[in-house]
Amino acid sequence: MMRVPKLIDGIDFGLMSPDEIRRISVTKIVAADTYDDDGYPIDRGLMDSRLGVVDPGLRCRTCAGRSGACPGHFGHVELSRPVIHVGYVDNIYDCLRAICKNKDCGRIHLSEQKIENFRNMMEESKKSGGKWWEISNQVIKSANAVEKCPHCREKKIKTKFEKPTTFVEGKNRLTPSDVRERLERIKDDDAFLIGIDPKTARPEWMVFTVLPTPPVTVRPSITLESGVRSEDDLTHKLVDIIRINQRLSENIEAGAPHLIVEDLWELLQYHVTTYFDNSVSGIPPARHRSGRVLRTLSQRLRGKEGRFRGNLSGKRVDFSARTVVSPDPRISINEIGVPAYIAKILTIPIRVTEHNTEELRNIVRRGTDIFPGANSVISPEGKRFDLRYADREEIANNLVPGFLVERHLKDHDIVLFNRQPSLHRMSIMAHEVKLLPGRSFRLNLSVCPPYNADFDGDEMNVHAPQSAEARAEARILMRVQEQILSPRFGGPIIGGIQDHITGAYLLTQRGRLLTRDRVQQLLSYAGILSDIPKPATTEKGIEYWTGKQIFSLLLPKDLHMTFKAKICENCTHCKKEECEIDAYVTIRDGQLKSGVIDANSYKALDKCEILDRIVKDYDTNIAREFLDNVTKLSIASSAMFGFTTGIDDEDIPPEAQERISEGIDGAKKKVDKLIEVYNSGELEPLPGRSSLDTLEMRIMELLAETRDNAGMIAEEYLGLNNHAVIMARTGARGSMLNLTQMAACVGQQSVRGERLSRGYRGRTLTHFKHGELGADARGFISSNYKSGLSPLEFFFHAMGGREGLVDTAVRTAQSGYMQRRLINALQDLRVEYDGTVRDDRGVIVQFTYGEDGIDPARSDRGKAVHIDKTINKVLG
Amino acid sequence: MLGGVSSDTIKDEVAKLEGEIPKLIVQELQISLLRVSKERAITREHLKGIIDSVRQSFFKSIVEPGEAVGTVAAQSIGEPGTQMTLRTFHYAGVAELNVTLGLPRLIEIIDARKTPSAALMSIYLKKPYASSLEKARSFAQKIELTTIEDIALQTEVDLISTVFLITMDRSRMKRRELKPIDVADTIKTIPKVEVDIDGYKLSLKPTTGSLSELRRIVSKVRDLPLRGLKGVTRVVVKMEDNEYVVYTEGSNLAGIMEMSEVDTSRTSTNNIHEIESVLGIEAARRSIMNEAIKTLDEQGLDVDIRHIMLVADMMTASGTVCQVGRHGVSGDKSSVLARASFEITTKHLFDACMHGESDKLDGIIENVIAGQPIPVGTGSVDLVMRREGEGGGK
Repeated sequence: MMRVPKLIDGIDFGLMSPDEIRRISVTKIVAADTYDDDGYPIDRGLMDSRLGVVDPGLRCRTCAGRSGACPGHFGHVELSRPVIHVGYVDNIYDCLRAICKNKDCGRIHLSEQKIENFRNMMEESKKSGGKWWEISNQVIKSANAVEKCPHCREKKIKTKFEKPTTFVEGKNRLTPSDVRERLERIKDDDAFLIGIDPKTARPEWMVFTVLPTPPVTVRPSITLESGVRSEDDLTHKLVDIIRINQRLSENIEAGAPHLIVEDLWELLQYHVTTYFDNSVSGIPPARHRSGRVLRTLSQRLRGKEGRFRGNLSGKRVDFSARTVVSPDPRISINEIGVPAYIAKILTIPIRVTEHNTEELRNIVRRGTDIFPGANSVISPEGKRFDLRYADREEIANNLVPGFLVERHLKDHDIVLFNRQPSLHRMSIMAHEVKLLPGRSFRLNLSVCPPYNADFDGDEMNVHAPQSAEARAEARILMRVQEQILSPRFGGPIIGGIQDHITGAYLLTQRGRLLTRDRVQQLLSYAGILSDIPKPATTEKGIEYWTGKQIFSLLLPKDLHMTFKAKICENCTHCKKEECEIDAYVTIRDGQLKSGVIDANSYKALDKCEILDRIVKDYDTNIAREFLDNVTKLSIASSAMFGFTTGIDDEDIPPEAQERISEGIDGAKKKVDKLIEVYNSGELEPLPGRSSLDTLEMRIMELLAETRDNAGMIAEEYLGLNNHAVIMARTGARGSMLNLTQMAACVGQQSVRGERLSRGYRGRTLTHFKHGELGADARGFISSNYKSGLSPLEFFFHAMGGREGLVDTAVRTAQSGYMQRRLINALQDLRVEYDGTVRDDRGVIVQFTYGEDGIDPARSDRGKAVHIDKTINKVLG
Repeated sequence: MLGGVSSDTIKDEVAKLEGEIPKLIVQELQISLLRVSKERAITREHLKGIIDSVRQSFFKSIVEPGEAVGTVAAQSIGEPGTQMTLRTFHYAGVAELNVTLGLPRLIEIIDARKTPSAALMSIYLKKPYASSLEKARSFAQKIELTTIEDIALQTEVDLISTVFLITMDRSRMKRRELKPIDVADTIKTIPKVEVDIDGYKLSLKPTTGSLSELRRIVSKVRDLPLRGLKGVTRVVVKMEDNEYVVYTEGSNLAGIMEMSEVDTSRTSTNNIHEIESVLGIEAARRSIMNEAIKTLDEQGLDVDIRHIMLVADMMTASGTVCQVGRHGVSGDKSSVLARASFEITTKHLFDACMHGESDKLDGIIENVIAGQPIPVGTGSVDLVMRREGEGGGK
């Protein structure tokens, strides 16, 4: 079979020999200067034009390419004395200790027998593709344990390593030349044992005699507005190296005293060291004249903004746009509203064929400003015409098959939409473009949960895929409707939220009757074009429809379902269809027979029974249509029946308030009693706890119960007609706890899971006595949000609130790092055609994915087949 | 009897699915059908419809080859991390014991820490011990680590007469059912000590009488385990599902497993490394899964078990428990570029050159770096168009 060739099949790593460095070099660099007074590069200087060009207008003297076309070429610096490579000091140290210092020996400190053993182990490991060099740790360890060289009986002298690049043998300091000599003596076979592959590296190459200088394209100089040239940090460092190198060689030639040569040599070592890594411990980092620490080779690669993570793993892209998002409940979940000014910048390349020539000509004629136009045309030869400046009429007339037109984004184009942080795959989904007025992206509210978006100023990104292949993949795999089910738990992550739930609840409530004009108004708002069913009742000649009938219009005609609504109170004996609060949902033949629609029917990230069933048993098109329509219908319903909430929703009658404060007072007294018992030393401690701990636990328990009781009293007075209660009970927004805190009692504030205790010595605030343990002194808030907090309570509340803020800040950092590690560890795993899960090496991690080969995203909440549902479906 | 097919027919028909569909599902289907057939009639058509539908939904939910299950698993566990609480040490289940929960615990699990910040064992007991509070309590007493510090009212070192005096607390001794003579006997196991008992007072004297000996004795006696298992610092007995279960703070699985009172099949610890060394790598894998599920469930987060399973499998695939991170799974990658782009970039590059490694560009990140299609999903297949006239075209 023909294989599409990879551009890069593999990358080999190895050390460069001095010869190789000279061989790839285009020039030897001698001058420590960059440009002459006229601004031209100095010959054999650091900016020599043989090293490549960065300034426009000049040509490279090596490849004759202009800036942009010339990739740059390496030069070299002949060092007058060898210098150690910082990156390899540890390995050099290993070599020095493991190798005999005897000039005539130079063997590794191991007996032939051991050498043989280790070699076999390593050969074996290498053959099986393992990490053979990991064995070298053992080699070095056992070589270090030897006292005398087993080959020449030379006694070993302890070598010490002084950070960052100095070696001391006994009392003698080893110069890099000494080190290099010793490394040269290592035999290839011994080098292999130390973990140096003689095929690609020699130990002595870890000590430089020749330093490669990177091309100017790697260290471009920038010209400031004032015309002053500013050199790259690497150039600065290279200037230092060359300057010292020159002085060193002059001094050697002049026969300068040993001490001076030594000092200069050390300085050269310092410069080369910091040139490679400017964060080595043991020496001060090299600084720019201004005092700024230089960013040298290692710093360029390392860290989040380094080459690897900043430029190679994550790249900047063209054909993208970013702006604020705002909601539009009337567009489909599959759509995205794109403002015209963005559509005119993002383009899609269209190949001119016989069939679309005329159409594209018109597009080209309209140009860049008039929508739908085009921004540029590319001829078959690859020449680009910018339609801002070209004669559009002429180009349009010359348009023939084979040309490429970069036309504006228009309706129904597919684009990728993304919100950071991109925590899961639903953070980037494909949407269909819909051109809308305004300056923000518009999205349907149902896709807020997967993106975790809201509209308090969130910005999102759009990417326009450029190839037909990419667009096809986006449409088939990434479209919003294909992502309704989350692979995390196999349930819907896209669904109704907030008002969608209350709206549906209001519509499907028992006793909701609608006249013909109301029905039509609802349906027309929701854009539902189906026929109106027969009216449920006729009274005094007026026809009435139930809300359930209207809702049923959206359901597939053969849907059978039975489940309990969110508002269900879990009575011990379920009355099923006769439920007082209509919480028993039955759907027969696509008709909602009983029960109300709430969070359990179609809320995102909830039980979501109906939507879940539709996606799994029908298809994603039907699910999308259902969701689009049901959300519109719900919003229309809440507009029609009216739904609002305000502070008066938390009004409770005076007698309720009385009861609540009675309860709280009682609890406070109980707390005081507990403290009394504790003070008398009669409090029975829980096993393994001190009596103070026990007291705290008992008080916490008691106060939590008090708050719950207060909430229960308040609940009695807030019926299901209360809008705030409707929201909480149907699962649309908020919880009964929120209402409790607003209407009855805020409750105990805590820091680190304990009652407040910090602040002053033995007390939280100076308003209390030392060591006071009562409810009020330790942050119990008996007021409610509606009536307001006392100053002390307000302070306690702020203490608890602060912990929450700190918590979130710390948590995002921690979980972000955890996710990065998880992704890095697992990203290479994939399912093979034989059903196994393997990594990039082909190592089998699982024989069958998840032990059953089921994809969680296609499963029914983790199960391949939901048997009871299937049986019920068939039996009806 | 209702109409419809007999239970034997159901069994026969369902049995035909075996081999096609996992046994578990087939069994579940059979049980459910038999139950339903007692309430409603199942006709032959119904039965066929149900079986077809089961078969269909099973095949519809099989993973596709090329699916990037690793990335999905990592996202599925990482994404809810943002919603977890940071609060360490809260009480769950056993009010008397501290447990690490939420994000810190999850990080601890995937980090494969050598010792969890709150080690915890749950010890199930065999028959007579499990049903009697008294017996369970006395077992608990037996394993709880007790040192001199726990029972001493006061300890003093008399340098002049080179004596180490220990005054024991009567009530604490009683609660722990210890007698002074027991304590003395234990202390005598230390060589070169003379012990005198005077009621609740013990005086220890080094046989040599030298000061340095005395100091050695003092430090040894202070953490001498009088009774109990090493590491088990606190023990709580709890009633659970009609039996007494012993929970301990601190963990020593190897020690517990050797005790005859213990039901070894259910007893467990939350220290994954300990499970690995005592019970083996498969048990460790299971334990990683259980601990992760427990942590996520407790936070009310719904994560499919397959994702957790994959992480556990990846952590244990090498035969030892590996950390998810630079000293484990990520550090062991074969690709140089993958390692370099994760952490400690330059070190990996330097070493790769020395070892003469070569990167085959088989993984994800390497191909992202090279700007090439990645080998998962649609990137793992190549399409070649066979043009007309070019061999085989019609």
